[in-house]
Amino acid sequence: MGKLELKGVNKVYRVGTFGGDTLHAVKDVSFTAEPGQIISLIGESGSGKSTIGKMILRLTRVSSGQILFDGKDVSTLKGADLRPYQRRVQGVFQDPFSSYNPIFKADRVFGMVKDTFYGDVSRSEWDGRVWQALKDVALDPDGVLGKYPHQLSGGQLQRMLVARALLLDIDFLVADEIISMLDASTRVDVLNLLGDLKAGGLGVLFVTHDLSLGNYISDRAIILRKGRIVESGKTADVFDHPSHPYTQMLLESVPALHGGRDPGLWADRKGRCLFHERYPQADATAPATAQDLSLAEIEPGHLVTCAHVDEPERCPDSRRAA
Amino acid sequence: MTLRVDDLKVYYTTLAGDVRALDGVTFEIADGEIMGLAGESGCGKTTLGNSLIRLDGRMRHVGGSVELDGQVLPIGDSEAMDRHRFHDISVVPQYAMSALNPTRKIGRMSRELIESRGIRYASVKDVYEMRLGLVGLRESVLDLYPMELSGGMKQRVVMVLSTLLDPSLLIADEITSALDVSTQKAVAESLVGLRDHAFVKSMLVITHDLSILHEVADTILIMYAGHLAEKAPADVIIDRPRHPYTKLLISSLPEVGVRFEDKRLAGIPGRPPSLLDPPAGCRFRARCPLADEQCLEQPPFVDVGEGHQLACWKVS
Repeated sequence: MGKLELKGVNKVYRVGTFGGDTLHAVKDVSFTAEPGQIISLIGESGSGKSTIGKMILRLTRVSSGQILFDGKDVSTLKGADLRPYQRRVQGVFQDPFSSYNPIFKADRVFGMVKDTFYGDVSRSEWDGRVWQALKDVALDPDGVLGKYPHQLSGGQLQRMLVARALLLDIDFLVADEIISMLDASTRVDVLNLLGDLKAGGLGVLFVTHDLSLGNYISDRAIILRKGRIVESGKTADVFDHPSHPYTQMLLESVPALHGGRDPGLWADRKGRCLFHERYPQADATAPATAQDLSLAEIEPGHLVTCAHVDEPERCPDSRRAA
Repeated sequence: MTLRVDDLKVYYTTLAGDVRALDGVTFEIADGEIMGLAGESGCGKTTLGNSLIRLDGRMRHVGGSVELDGQVLPIGDSEAMDRHRFHDISVVPQYAMSALNPTRKIGRMSRELIESRGIRYASVKDVYEMRLGLVGLRESVLDLYPMELSGGMKQRVVMVLSTLLDPSLLIADEITSALDVSTQKAVAESLVGLRDHAFVKSMLVITHDLSILHEVADTILIMYAGHLAEKAPADVIIDRPRHPYTKLLISSLPEVGVRFEDKRLAGIPGRPPSLLDPPAGCRFRARCPLADEQCLEQPPFVDVGEGHQLACWKVS
C-alpha cells in the first residue's frame, strides 16, 4: 500500500500583473513511486521540482493530468475528502526554523496533529505515540519535549517535523530540500533517517538540488529541467552512465572532494541523442496523452528524452525534422 | 605577507552577556593565496570575515590586531576603516541579489557607487567593461536592471565591482551558496580568475561547502565555536586531516559515488556549545571521541608539519 502514480501532470501558473501571462512550470510529468523506495527529484532552481512536491501534497492545484494514490485519483479531492489522503501523505520542507511558531513550544506541532486528526485518542495513549515517533527519528524525547524552537538545533527541529509526519501513520513522505539548511555534521543523520524509514516500507520523494545527496540516499533518480523529466532511472544507472547532455553537464559541475568523476564512463554517450536514435520518428515534446512515449528506455528502467527537447527541430537524429 | 591576524577577539554584546564568537584567532594569508574558511553555522566564520572589513553595531573589538600589507587596520574604528574599504580590502556578500539597487540600471548604480568613493567613473570605465568580459558578461549588462540578470550573473557583477580598485584582500562570504551547481562552477572559476589576473592579491573565501573550497582554495582553515581547529593546504585538509573535528566533518560528507546501501556515513553527535558562556578548554571536547581530562585546558594552535597547524592535545 502506498503506491503513488503521476500521469501526465502539468502545472501552469498565471503570472504578470493581471495574470494575463502563463508559466508552464511542470510539463507532462509521469512517474510511479513504489512503497519502500526513495526517489530523488533533482533539478536546478525553476525546474519545477518543488511544484511537483506541492501538487502531490495538494498544496497547489494540478492544471491537468492525474495523481493516483493506490489507484485513486487524488488530484481533484476537496475539503473533508482530502483528510484521509493527508493522513497517509505528508511533507517536510526546507526551513525547519520557520516551520515553527517561535512563541510556542516546539512540541505544539504534535498537539495540532492530535486536534485535527486524532481528537478521540486519549491523552496518555497520544503521549505514548509521540514518544515512539520521537524515538523513531532518533531523538531523545526528554531532550526535546517542552522546549522552545530556539533551544533546539536545526537537525533536531527537522527530525521533529519528520516525527510529526510519522504520527499520521503515513505511507508516503515528500521531503522538499529538507537538509539544505542543516549543517554538514548533522545533515547526514537526517539522510540516514530517511534510509531507515524506507526500510520500514515508507515511500519518499526526496526533492533536492544537490546531486551528491540525491545519489547517496535514493533508489531511483529523476532529473528535471524546465519542468520536464529529461532522464530517470535507477540512481546507479543515472549517475554512472548519464545519458542526457543536461545530466552530464550537471555531473561535471559537481565539485568533487576526492578526485573528479571519470567522464570515460559515459564518453560514448556524449552529445548523442539516445532518444531519437531509438525512436527517430517520435516527438519528445508531444503531450503524454497523444502518444505512449516522450522518453526512450535505453536500458531496463532507464529513461531519457531527446537531447534537444527545448528545440526539437535542432536535433540531428530526429527524422521528423527532415 | 598580505594579511596577518593576531589573537583577534570580537564579541557580540547582547542583553544576556557577551557572545564570544571570535575568541583569539591567529593566522596569515600570503600574497596570491586563496584561503578557504569553513565550519558549521555559528562557528564564527562570518564574524571573522566581517570583522576584517566592517564591525556592525553589536560587534565589539575586544583584543588582537589585524595587519594588511604591514599596516595595522583600525578595525574597531569604523570611520578610520573607511579609507581602506574598497581600496585595500573589499567584500563580496552572500546575497548579491540584494546588494544591487533594483531601481537603477547596473551601469548607473556602478557609477554612483564609484563616484561616492571619490573616484571618477570615466577613469575606471574601460577597466570595468574589460573585466566584465573576463567573467563572461557582456558590456550590455550595464544597460540592464538587476532583475534582468540571473543570480550567477549578479554575483559576478558584484565580484567585478568589488575588485575594481585592485584591493589587497577580497572577502567572499558564502557567495556560491544560493546558486545552482552549474552557476556555482562559473562563479568559482571567476573567483580564481580574479586572483590569477592579479586583480586581488589574496582572498578569504568563507563557505560551509568544503567541496567548493577544494576546487578554489590553496589553504583551508577550519573553525569550531570561535576557535581555530586546523589549517593546512587544501589537499591535506581533504585527504589527510588530523584534527578529530576535521576528520569527522570530512567523513560525514556525501559525495557523488557514495551510496547509503554501500557505505553508511555518520554525522557528528551533539551540537556546538553556546558561545554565550563557552566551556573552558577545547570547545569540541563534548563531541570528541578522543577527549579526556587534558582537554579541560585549551590546546594551543601549533605547527605539526609544513604549513599545517592545529589545536588538539591528542594529535600534536
